[in-house]
Amino acid sequence: MLPELFFGYYASAIVIFSLLVVTRSNPVHSIMWMLLLFFHIAGLYLFLNAEFIAAIQVIVYAGAILVLFLFVVLLLNLREELKVKKFIGSWPAGLFIAAALLVIILSVVKSFVPGPAGKYSIEFIKQETHTKALGTLLYTDYLFPFEIASLVLLVAIIGAIVLAKRKKGN
Amino acid sequence: MVPLNWYLILSAAVFMIGVFGFLTRRNIIIIFMSVELMLNAVNISLVAFSHYLQDMRGQILVIFIITVAAAEAAIGFAIIIALFRNKDTVHVDEMDEMKG
Repeated sequence: MLPELFFGYYASAIVIFSLLVVTRSNPVHSIMWMLLLFFHIAGLYLFLNAEFIAAIQVIVYAGAILVLFLFVVLLLNLREELKVKKFIGSWPAGLFIAAALLVIILSVVKSFVPGPAGKYSIEFIKQETHTKALGTLLYTDYLFPFEIASLVLLVAIIGAIVLAKRKKGN
Repeated sequence: MVPLNWYLILSAAVFMIGVFGFLTRRNIIIIFMSVELMLNAVNISLVAFSHYLQDMRGQILVIFIITVAAAEAAIGFAIIIALFRNKDTVHVDEMDEMKG
């Protein structure tokens, strides 16, 4: 009973906060709701025995990406943002597409059959500790993708500087 | 124990809210936030799969998705700042230079 209640609270909070993120007209309010949303998602990860992922979620998403959002919003003009309409003219079409996709996915979810379980049971992770199990896998089987991820970040750094740099002529 | 299907339904709901925001908002910053919302929905389902199938690979994928999301946010905001410098707007319906 208690796990269901716990999940129910987190699930309803996550859905409500994501609705608020999408519908607020003030971008700063959206970002604040998104901060709460990310903390609740991190709580859900803890519930799923993924403490390293929960820490990453708080540090990278709430700590880095949201601060980036906030900086960019503060660079822009907020005064006129509150006066104009927040949705484009053809928003019913978007609502229809999202609802249709939701119906399709929900009708598929029922027929899902899980595959065979792997070796990372709760007892195994408890004995090994989660971060160590994840790190061992990341630095052995997934070493090459890990290097590619570092390359992606390097490209992002260089690309962001090149794109946002002011041209000398202007 | 909470069934796996509940997590999948939650993930689908958050993903669809993200799709709705992506398709309907005028402000390009909120559109970017909707993309982050969709990535988070996928992360929820991946971690749930990883827990219920007792396999670590889902969480490895989540780490890569968070890396790509950070890179995407940095590049995306550089593009937004360049756009704002040239056009003085963040509304997607006023950016129609490529319309034929």
